[in-house]
Amino acid sequence: MGKVLFKGAEAIAEAAIRSGCKFFFGYPITPQTEVAEYMAKRLPQVGGVYLQAESEVSAINMVFGAAATGARVMTSSSSPGVSLKQEGISYIAGAELPCVVVNIMRGGPGLGCIQAAQSDYFQAVKGGGHGDYKNIVLAPSTVQEAVDLVSLAFDLADKYRNPVMILGDAVLAQIMEPIELPEEKKELPEKPWAITGCSNREQNIITSSYPVPEDLEAVNERLNAKYKQIIKEEQRWEEDGVDDAELVFVAYGTSARIAKDAVETLRNKGKKVGLIRPITLWPFPKKAFKNRMAGKKILVVEMSKGQMVEDVEIAVKGQGEIYFYGRTGGIVPYVEEVLEVAEAILNNENVKKWGEDDEN
Amino acid sequence: MKTKEYIRPKSLKPTQTHYCPGCTHGIIHRILAEVLDEMNLREKAVAVIGVGCSCFAERYFNFDCIDVAHGRAPAVATGVKRANPNLVTITYQGDGDMTAIGSAEALHAAIRGEKITSIMINNAIYGMTGGQMSPTTLIGQKTSTSPYGKKAEEAGYPVRFVETLALQEGVAYAARTAVNNIGNILKTKAAIKKALQAQIDGKGYSIVEILSTCPTNWGVSPKEALKWIEEKMIPVFPLGEFKEI
Repeated sequence: MGKVLFKGAEAIAEAAIRSGCKFFFGYPITPQTEVAEYMAKRLPQVGGVYLQAESEVSAINMVFGAAATGARVMTSSSSPGVSLKQEGISYIAGAELPCVVVNIMRGGPGLGCIQAAQSDYFQAVKGGGHGDYKNIVLAPSTVQEAVDLVSLAFDLADKYRNPVMILGDAVLAQIMEPIELPEEKKELPEKPWAITGCSNREQNIITSSYPVPEDLEAVNERLNAKYKQIIKEEQRWEEDGVDDAELVFVAYGTSARIAKDAVETLRNKGKKVGLIRPITLWPFPKKAFKNRMAGKKILVVEMSKGQMVEDVEIAVKGQGEIYFYGRTGGIVPYVEEVLEVAEAILNNENVKKWGEDDEN
Repeated sequence: MKTKEYIRPKSLKPTQTHYCPGCTHGIIHRILAEVLDEMNLREKAVAVIGVGCSCFAERYFNFDCIDVAHGRAPAVATGVKRANPNLVTITYQGDGDMTAIGSAEALHAAIRGEKITSIMINNAIYGMTGGQMSPTTLIGQKTSTSPYGKKAEEAGYPVRFVETLALQEGVAYAARTAVNNIGNILKTKAAIKKALQAQIDGKGYSIVEILSTCPTNWGVSPKEALKWIEEKMIPVFPLGEFKEI
């Protein structure tokens, strides 16, 4: 099959169906509604179920129920809606159920705006809900990558029995790009833990309730061991020209598309610049930075007031100088803006380092 | 005289429960377990258990169970049923769980005619958190958050939830029963049977609200608690079948 032109949101939905997702529970919210609309049209054609819940809270709990039966299931939302889903995501992580949650970020806080932003990074990678838990967070920067990562998301969710979040933004959801769709997945993993009726076996219980502190601590230890394994095995990133770069851009998603353009322009001018593009935001690809940043300048570009930059800071461990450029409010930075900052840094002009103000 | 041998239902585990003396949760667990055995449903059943005193019910029921967040059981049950329509899906919730924090989930499961069965235990109080006011708390009833007695002008009236659900077209069966005497216990059992049959027949959403005791938080003896259901609760929450299709 050749390339087809697809809108990001619809491509995510089609990729999910081809990954064996037959159940979708959602609620309309801009700019992700096309995921739901596509599912409403397509799922009945493939023997699946689209259900429009009465709220985001209900939608994620319907995901919980379907996941408990062993089905591949997805929900999609945008920032304020994802906030409402966080209660359910914590329960799903606690009960160790696999599911995929798509967050097409818009500007916040509060009602904010419907344009693209990256200000839900903390919520996505640091928890969002209550308790000691982690979501695997995947951040595509093109429609093709979104399609590929949706397939990966379902596999990782099943492998680790853990929620996986696709973190995109309005640009990714609304843009149209030519893509190659994956083949339909026929074989899905066995799930002996699922709620299927207790014939020929003992009772199965899905729970996140452990009233005895020692029991809960043991569960948290077990979850933590799982998270450590994910950190070890699942760090993903794309990089280009890092080793001999004087200035390394770090950006994900839409910001990374801008950073890539900036890298190309600067290289054409003979500058030594590179790019690290995290694909997994959790686990954060610390390996990409380990013992490689000494003497380098690092420019983190985000559509937020600085969220991922804190993880970059942890990964860089003081080896290099960190700079930050961010726009918010649903404004996607122009390449020219980023170039201006990058050139000022390369020319040793007096550009403030990340956190420099805080230390005064 | 005919005698009947006491046999523990297969759907119930041979274990002690944590419920307070005089609490009727145990009776309701037993009724549900008997019904599942008699209808041969144990191996297809799943209980979606809400928050409240019954939130450890998966330790007493001997069939598949899911513990869920406060109020969300009808949404979780919806996900279960839509993904696996063969499962006989039952939510087990208290009055606070279902009529306060989970009112939207319950109402919309009913509106959709979701083929699930809800069992709502109404003891007019939040039991597990220690006796706070619930939407079903009676006018004048003293609780830890209505220390001067519940006043309608401040806290509203006791919610007649099952009647509200019965108005919805998606509801196939809606009844309110009590477990304060043998006659009402038998009626409760019959109602649960009908509710599950409505689900199996694919007719729509079914609910049985059961008036239940909370001697600890009502501050009365177990015996007085049964009388309290009769004298105080039933006049406000009339028993009967409100819908049957």
